[in-house]
Amino acid sequence: MTDLLVVDGVSRSFRGLRAVSEVGFTVPEGGIVGLIGPNGAGKTTCFNLIAGVLRPDQGDIRFAGRSLIGLRPDQIAAAGIGRTFQIVRPFPELTVRQNVTVGALLRHRRVADAEAAADAVLSRLELATKADRHAGSLTLPDRKRLEVARALATNPRLLLLDEVMAGLRPTEIDAMVAILVDLNRTTGLTILLIEHVMRAVMALCQHIVVLHHGELIAAGPPAAIQSNPTVIGSYLGEEALG
Amino acid sequence: MALDLTSFWLAISNGELMANTLVKGTLTGLVYGLMALGLSVIFGVVRVVNFAHGEMMVVGMYGAWLLAVHAGLDPLLAMPVMAALLFAGGYLLQRGLINRFVTRPEHVQFLLLVAVAMILANTALMLFGPDARTVQVDYAFDSILVGPLILDLIRIYAAGFAILLTLLLFAFFRFTLTGKAIRAAADNLLGAQVIGLDHQRLYALTFGIGAAAVGAGGCLMLLLIDATPMIASDFTILGFIIVILGGLGSLMGALVGGILIGVSEALAGTLIEPSMKSMVSFGLLILVLLIRPQGLFGRRG
Amino acid sequence: MIAARAMGGALLLAGLAAPWLASEYVLSVLIVSLWFAYVGQAWNIMMGFAGQLSLGHAMYVGLGAYAAAGLFVFTGIGPWLGAPLAVIVAVIAGAGIGWLGFRFQVKGVYFALLTIAFAEFTRILFDHITVLGGSGGLFLPVGQRSGVDLINLRGGPVMFYYVIFVMTVAITALSWALLRTRLGYQWQAIREDAEAAEAVGVPVFRTKLLAVMLSAGLTALGGVFFAFYYNTLFPEQIFAKSRSIEMILAPIIGGMGTVLGPLVGALLLTPLGELTMAVIAGLGVTNAGVRQVVFGVLLILVLWFLPQGVWPWLTQRWAKGRRQ
Repeated sequence: MTDLLVVDGVSRSFRGLRAVSEVGFTVPEGGIVGLIGPNGAGKTTCFNLIAGVLRPDQGDIRFAGRSLIGLRPDQIAAAGIGRTFQIVRPFPELTVRQNVTVGALLRHRRVADAEAAADAVLSRLELATKADRHAGSLTLPDRKRLEVARALATNPRLLLLDEVMAGLRPTEIDAMVAILVDLNRTTGLTILLIEHVMRAVMALCQHIVVLHHGELIAAGPPAAIQSNPTVIGSYLGEEALG
Repeated sequence: MALDLTSFWLAISNGELMANTLVKGTLTGLVYGLMALGLSVIFGVVRVVNFAHGEMMVVGMYGAWLLAVHAGLDPLLAMPVMAALLFAGGYLLQRGLINRFVTRPEHVQFLLLVAVAMILANTALMLFGPDARTVQVDYAFDSILVGPLILDLIRIYAAGFAILLTLLLFAFFRFTLTGKAIRAAADNLLGAQVIGLDHQRLYALTFGIGAAAVGAGGCLMLLLIDATPMIASDFTILGFIIVILGGLGSLMGALVGGILIGVSEALAGTLIEPSMKSMVSFGLLILVLLIRPQGLFGRRG
Repeated sequence: MIAARAMGGALLLAGLAAPWLASEYVLSVLIVSLWFAYVGQAWNIMMGFAGQLSLGHAMYVGLGAYAAAGLFVFTGIGPWLGAPLAVIVAVIAGAGIGWLGFRFQVKGVYFALLTIAFAEFTRILFDHITVLGGSGGLFLPVGQRSGVDLINLRGGPVMFYYVIFVMTVAITALSWALLRTRLGYQWQAIREDAEAAEAVGVPVFRTKLLAVMLSAGLTALGGVFFAFYYNTLFPEQIFAKSRSIEMILAPIIGGMGTVLGPLVGALLLTPLGELTMAVIAGLGVTNAGVRQVVFGVLLILVLWFLPQGVWPWLTQRWAKGRRQ
């Protein structure tokens, strides 16, 4: 498999504090990769660097062979990277359908076409019955699904998911996992996800990258990560105890 | 646009004229500073942009005028009265109205104060009409000579009281328990609530203090200029220019910003043309908004 | 939707018939109402749709008015060529302010202050442009009031009424259509959350700039109408802060971001203002300022109790009534 996303020795500091320090990893085309680590490990900063919200101090990020450095977030979305936000950010005054249509308009000039594409995504994420509700009136699980739906509507090759399982009940987590697995199998969508819910990470990911204090401390298949003593010491152990 | 270069050079090469212009601008600027201080305090603590600030100042001016005409009170003596009245008004405004809008979007709060401004300025227009109201004090034309400088006594009084009141405000925020509590609420609202500070009361107090400062500033301003309802919104904008120049929320910045604007207006009035002096201020505002929106003394967001 | 259509149809018919039914005074009130509806719609595109607060829209009215009036006074060229010139001037000004503001990340209230600063700067500038009359004002030759000269927009109140009526209907239709385009969706996304919009590929900078430019250009047409209707222009009045504020009352009170809100707001506010003045005058009191006080109180009440505005509140009430 070729690498769709290459993060190459990327660093970023805030006021002298290194949030991400020389992190490098790759995401293969069609793969599902997990990005895990304790709070403050630099995971979301990594996402913001990839999505173009932040610019790395050093290092390179390449997507499908092309460097993303210097591109704006909307250009990166147009290049084929969709993202969700850790704290969901729907357009509250717009309906669910309109929210997703905004995403679909990236690939469709005509609103009618975008709406049709949005409806397809909505039924895939089981939100079709709520299409005419205002996004601001949705429950948290529905908002999380809307967040995924809106990103998916941009028809990305790579989807960045930032804790889309947090706050969901176990059955809802299973439903989300099923949706993502299905998307990955049927459309070949590549996924990079930040997640604390280890159940979902283990069920979804073929490869896991572990960050701690902004540094990459381990990377490998789920089984290896689960038994990695450094990871258990700094992250999984805490989770298990918690 | 008639920009007469000859008179420009004549003016700028006249050292005496320039020195007098600078001193006059500084003294006026100190009163501007006191006026803008209230705006800065309110924004720094309550996080509300008081679009009715100049209107509050005009309320202070008309109050001082009424007291002068009907009770023969010097505007300097009217100051404590108007400060107290505006404190009460500001306190009630925050408690009764603005407080209900804390969770609303920023632009809604802004528009709310636009409405308050409309009501204040136009009530003044209804009550007092569009004519200029002015107070005659017996020291109006006295001046003292310091070397080549001619200092108007009235301006010295106004500036002196502006400094005094500013120092009082500094002392209040630094040394009193309430002042410290307000600063705590401004720095960390959640923390302040955790240790049991009643932030709604503190906000109302702050709004009251801001209104009192601008009310007192209005009394001083009445010594320097005439009161009309039309200047209200100009002074609101002038207040913004000053505090944005100095950095919203910074007390020191408001004072320095006031002097800066006072001096630049005086210079523009002497060197270019009096009617164009506020163009310089607006130009400055545009520049500061673009280049350094946190102001000269503000902390970076 | 049905309420909107019924309301729209009724307004359209009433609007067409008005000159036959109304007295000259009522017609003049209607002209002012429709003018505020028109400029309210233009402002609504920038703030209601794209979420960019401008408190300096009088600047575009003034630029448009002076561009068309200046052309007419000095060359005799009428408003049909003056209007495009007015639009070009205002669009350039809007593009400049928008470009600076967005490039330097001036946001929210600071952006609003920037718009005020530019408007005030321009006002004082025009006070000193002696060619255009400076602070002494610019006067259009007053034409005949009976005949109708559409080429030079000279004529009586009925002609002006139909002109502003057509302009208002056209801008309302344009707003309706815009909301249903790709651009309209992208504006609303930016208004709701610019960062989230950017993440789904909306080019935020360019899209916001388009809103400012379109709003500025349309507002300038309102300025052209103003110039030819009133025939006198003073920088002090046309660029006034108070005008910028008065222009935004109708869309805020009627319902920001909605298609009919600015219209409903203007048809509510202007007659209400007239009524207040009449009542106060009847009481024998001086009436300067009373209208603005009433508007201020109304603005507070609407912001407090009907945060969406009067029109959305009405449609919700009707929808509820139908269900019961």
